[in-house]
Amino acid sequence: MIGQSPFRIFLAHAVLILGILIVAFPIYYTFVASTQTLQTILRPPLPFWPGDQFWNNYSEALFGGVGRIGGVGVGRLLLNTTIMALGVAVGKIFISILSAYAIVFFRFPLRMTFFWLIFITLMLPVEVRILPTYKVMVDLGMIDTYAGLIIPLIASATATLLFRQFFMTIPGELVEAARVDGAGPWRFFFDILLPLSRTNIAALFVILFIYGWTQYLWPLLVTNSNNMNTIVIALRKMVSFADADTQWHLVMVTAMLAIMPPILIVVLMQRWFVRGLVESEK
Amino acid sequence: MATVDLKDAKKVYSSGVEAVKGVSIAIPDKELCVLVGPSGCGKSTLLRMIAGLETISSGTVAIDGKIVNAVGPAERDIAMVFQNYALYPHMKVYDNMAYGLRNRGTPKDEIDSRVRSTAKVLELSALLDRRPRELSGGQRQRVAMGRAIVRNPKVFLFDEPLSNLDAKLRGQMRVEIKNLQRTLGVTSIYVTHDQLEAMTLADILVVMNAGLVEQIGAPLDIYEAPASTFVASFIGAPPMNLLALTGGLSGPTLADGTAIGFAPADTKAATLGFRPEDADVTFNAKAPSGALVLPATVEAVEPVGAESFLHCAAGGVRIVMRVAGRAAARPGDQLRVVARAEKLHWFDKTGKRVG
Repeated sequence: MIGQSPFRIFLAHAVLILGILIVAFPIYYTFVASTQTLQTILRPPLPFWPGDQFWNNYSEALFGGVGRIGGVGVGRLLLNTTIMALGVAVGKIFISILSAYAIVFFRFPLRMTFFWLIFITLMLPVEVRILPTYKVMVDLGMIDTYAGLIIPLIASATATLLFRQFFMTIPGELVEAARVDGAGPWRFFFDILLPLSRTNIAALFVILFIYGWTQYLWPLLVTNSNNMNTIVIALRKMVSFADADTQWHLVMVTAMLAIMPPILIVVLMQRWFVRGLVESEK
Repeated sequence: MATVDLKDAKKVYSSGVEAVKGVSIAIPDKELCVLVGPSGCGKSTLLRMIAGLETISSGTVAIDGKIVNAVGPAERDIAMVFQNYALYPHMKVYDNMAYGLRNRGTPKDEIDSRVRSTAKVLELSALLDRRPRELSGGQRQRVAMGRAIVRNPKVFLFDEPLSNLDAKLRGQMRVEIKNLQRTLGVTSIYVTHDQLEAMTLADILVVMNAGLVEQIGAPLDIYEAPASTFVASFIGAPPMNLLALTGGLSGPTLADGTAIGFAPADTKAATLGFRPEDADVTFNAKAPSGALVLPATVEAVEPVGAESFLHCAAGGVRIVMRVAGRAAARPGDQLRVVARAEKLHWFDKTGKRVG
């Protein structure tokens, strides 16, 4: 928009393309490595073009089971991680939209106390409370369960605050119009608030899904069985210190598969973002 | 279809602020009552109390003879038009209008026929599939009206519905609201701070100040006999000229020492007033007897076309005179303002009308 001269267009594109190359090249190289045999990978230099082992490697990883992680297939890992990421994202949005709704639209005793209690938890990172949380999970028998993977990560002060800020921009007149129109608290929530929060929810979902997908420390602690591993943990377990012992071609396949879902989510949901921004409803 | 009765209605906020300090108004069926007053006078709070959006601290609000203090806004059978329209931004015009009916469990085909016929009346038929952001201010205003009308309520409540429109559209909508209200025959309460809107719309005009009713009556009655200096200066544009009196040895005098030359209508009179159009402006030195004659200096002339306003210094204060057509006077001119005694208004020390 600033400049339309050919040189400026060229410059802008050059910078963008350079940026994309820098970001994309390692991913491309991972992909290349995932299509080679183990022998090719171990004998540098790695070829620049994809090899012919694509089907072999990917089907072996997905369905064959990987030795170093107890013969669990990557398909199972993807399922675990998807359940966890979805659970964390949906759970966080569900809990935080409800608590923000309560804090903004209802007058009840100790309202501000609850708000501050939620706010204070922002200052406690997961790592600080990880030992007590672990103890609670052990006592509840939630080790190696999806609930154990998901529930401790669900409470979210950040999302609650975000929804609170958004709800506070909703004009009081709109709330009153709904009251006059005979909409009770639930109807108001489902008919008015939820549709208006659509774009906020979409944005949060993307962020929280990726947050859940890339969790490392908590899944590492709370899962013992290889069957319950998430893909990030399994990826770590697949890499041995002895180079020869590591099945690098499968590691590369797993890495490729691990980054695909977050990328897909971003790409698919991006259309939502843009629509939400263009439509900015006032 | 319904009367609205307020009896000593009060609103005290938890902070201790008294927004409405005891208001009693009886609005007959099918009449349009306008609450007018400066901002902060409690008129909007009062409207919201009638709507059920504010609790009533004491006193009663009755709709159609039934006290509704403890009844929620949806069950009061009222419809409200908000200042910023408060349309649901994610719903089409059709759904905006249908939403209240749906919540009431009205059958689908009845909703459809009612929405479409209301849209026809308001000339919204072509816009039913649009969303509020695709409408102009005037169209949004119509949708807000439509949302109220389609419900076919006992009472319409309007909270400064025209204040976001430009002057021309405001004039149009004013007439339209009045016509609609008359044809529909629905009891209405209309809040505004615009005295012109108040005068032209009201069957009953309620002038409020500082949480209290200053005067209730037909607009022209109020205009002709304002109950207090506040009403006198609030209703009418330009407002009534008010001149404070001090008791001199030879009868009351104005602030600059001019004797008024005759006895006021009441011994307690402390202020006299006259409307800008109720006095003649003359260069003639001869004055009729029994009239207030003020020497005045013209300070500014405002021609508005059909009439002109003369801002003058007289009796130690500034007064405004309304003269027809072009004003012959120029700033700096010396002239006389002659107001006949029967056109004068008298107020006591507390501002109440006397005589």
